[in-house]
Amino acid sequence: MSSHAVVHTPVGGELMTPFFRKLLFFVALGAAAVLWRFAFGIGAVSNLNDGYPWGIWIAFDVVTGTALGCGGYAVALLVYVLNKGEYHPLVRPAVLTSLLGYGLAVLAVTIDLGRYWDLWKVPVFFWRWSGSPQLEVALCVAAYVTVLLVELSPAAFEKWKDGAHAGLRRLSEAGLRFMDKALVWILALGMLLPTMHQSSLGTMMLLAGPRLHPLWFTPWLPFLFLVNCIVMGYAVVVLEASWSAREFGRPREDAMLAKLSNVAFYVAAFWLAFRALEVVVAGDLSLVASPIGVVFLVELALAALPVWWLSNDARRADAAYQVRSALMLVLAGTVYRINTYWIAFNPGPQWSYFPAVPELLITFGIVALEIALYLWAVRTFPILAGGEAGAVARG
Amino acid sequence: MTPSRRTALKVLAGGGCAAAAAAAPALAREPKVAPPGAMGMLYDTTRCIGCKACVFACQQANGLEPERDPSGLHLAPVDLGARTKNVIKLYKDGPRMSYVKAQCMHCVDPACASACMLHSLQKDPKTGVVHYDPSYCVGCRYCQMACPFGVTKFEFDKAAPKIVKCELCRHRVKGEAKKDARGFTRYASGEGPACCEVCPREAVVYGTREELIAEAARRIEENPGRYFENRAYGLTEAGGTQVLYLSHLPFGLIGLPDLGGRGVPHVAYSIQEGIYRGFVAPVALYGALAVAMWRNRRGAAPPAGGEGVPS
Repeated sequence: MSSHAVVHTPVGGELMTPFFRKLLFFVALGAAAVLWRFAFGIGAVSNLNDGYPWGIWIAFDVVTGTALGCGGYAVALLVYVLNKGEYHPLVRPAVLTSLLGYGLAVLAVTIDLGRYWDLWKVPVFFWRWSGSPQLEVALCVAAYVTVLLVELSPAAFEKWKDGAHAGLRRLSEAGLRFMDKALVWILALGMLLPTMHQSSLGTMMLLAGPRLHPLWFTPWLPFLFLVNCIVMGYAVVVLEASWSAREFGRPREDAMLAKLSNVAFYVAAFWLAFRALEVVVAGDLSLVASPIGVVFLVELALAALPVWWLSNDARRADAAYQVRSALMLVLAGTVYRINTYWIAFNPGPQWSYFPAVPELLITFGIVALEIALYLWAVRTFPILAGGEAGAVARG
Repeated sequence: MTPSRRTALKVLAGGGCAAAAAAAPALAREPKVAPPGAMGMLYDTTRCIGCKACVFACQQANGLEPERDPSGLHLAPVDLGARTKNVIKLYKDGPRMSYVKAQCMHCVDPACASACMLHSLQKDPKTGVVHYDPSYCVGCRYCQMACPFGVTKFEFDKAAPKIVKCELCRHRVKGEAKKDARGFTRYASGEGPACCEVCPREAVVYGTREELIAEAARRIEENPGRYFENRAYGLTEAGGTQVLYLSHLPFGLIGLPDLGGRGVPHVAYSIQEGIYRGFVAPVALYGALAVAMWRNRRGAAPPAGGEGVPS
């Protein structure tokens, strides 16, 4: 991360664009709903109930949101473990999206927790820890957010080390020296933690056992969730790189993204084959002939389409197909996770759930906040690779 | 494949094997057994007349605000809820009908307690009662996702909510339980489960799980052909429950699901405890990752270059 070969520069420019204002509008709407929720309880803003105690906040904001935040994990796996240094320019923006994805998942959890004021007890009262997979997720996600902050800190240090403030300058120099020395240990932690909690997110739904549909319930759920988050991570990085290139007029790394799409293709194809074969081997294939079976097939089709697209060399080299495939992979992963946590979970015929309007507003607000923070960060800090250092920057 | 990549994969594979080796022994999770003094209840559909005295007694004993119908004149809970820890329901299909009592089953291997991060829900080591301590509850509702009977409820309408469930009236207990003349281990009057104490027909009785199993066997023997499959629900279901049911109708019809013989937490905990036993596997993986990356950095500098650690 402290590489001197890849030059990162702030994008600079006007932050308060019309698009940014729209984002802030949705953030404000969400914030109002959040205030309402804290004043009058979860039932006042959501359709969550005793049958469906978890809804869109958990299934989307947390379970999908953290997977969307796996870009940093997936790319670091390529760059640092498999030693594919050519993807290095993608690392820092990927780590930023990871930090935002995870940070806002933590925010969503805090909103969702009925007794959020007791959350601090979870890491502190270690003698009361159970073997709950959710405990593993909670501790691991908290640790990972910290690691991501450290991983991204050189972006701030590089900005401050030439700044006017003497204290910040000294801190930044010390910080960069520390990062250079400790990099391997921090990066290893940054890879271990997602491996642990992304698989545990799968393990979690194993406890819902009898009420989770057999097409989704499998002891392989942790493994499926882990591989799935890597697929989503690569897809998000392709989308992020494409979008920021267009948005900020920086050259799009077509060739690199073609290669990355190739990696995504192999991982996604493996996931798809494993998911389908597991159902066959478990002897659950006959269950496909049912309404929920159609949901299962749609879920597979959503993943199969981009895999088919990316199997072709010409399409993989085509920027439009790279983006299209990445979008579909993100959608497929999202649907898989939402199905596992919501659609395939059946607490009985007397219960139903669809998110209420304020509940959705909170989720929209969180997504808007995520995009707004991304824009602010890349404009302010040296995150994106390339650009004329100092020219557009600090404009 | 470049040498450094091969090394990385080798190191990772080594770490993976170490992790798997550490994980393997725990994958055989021992089934849980009820503690010797496990307290429970036995409910018998053939004796219940649907008077709902138990519903009212439960509301009173637990200080719960009654759930009323729109007229405000009827105590009318339709199901378990944040204000109802015990309810009588009705199954009716033509001539086949049955009242059904619902409350916590006090599982031998409770899914709710396995879901709970800080043992806010936990099983009493002596009585086996699954009880709740709000001071360590963050309100995540994972217990609700996990409970196969849909028992744990949550106060969605409150800004400072709690989990609500039957705790076998443990708050009423003051002294030790003693064996009574009929062979049931019971608390002094007014200290036992309120629903059992008020039942006029012994449709629901309490005692230790052992005594209740014997009582169920006695009733089955005395009334051949009366009970579904001549057995009680809860002996083996989901690893066993401390609340047992005798029913004249198939269990599935009165809302008792077919859960198999293993505790609900079995699969999740086998995997979770397997992977994290002694924290060996994560440490092994961490070491493998760090070594792989350290070699990458030291060896052929990545094309991005300039990252070599002075060695």
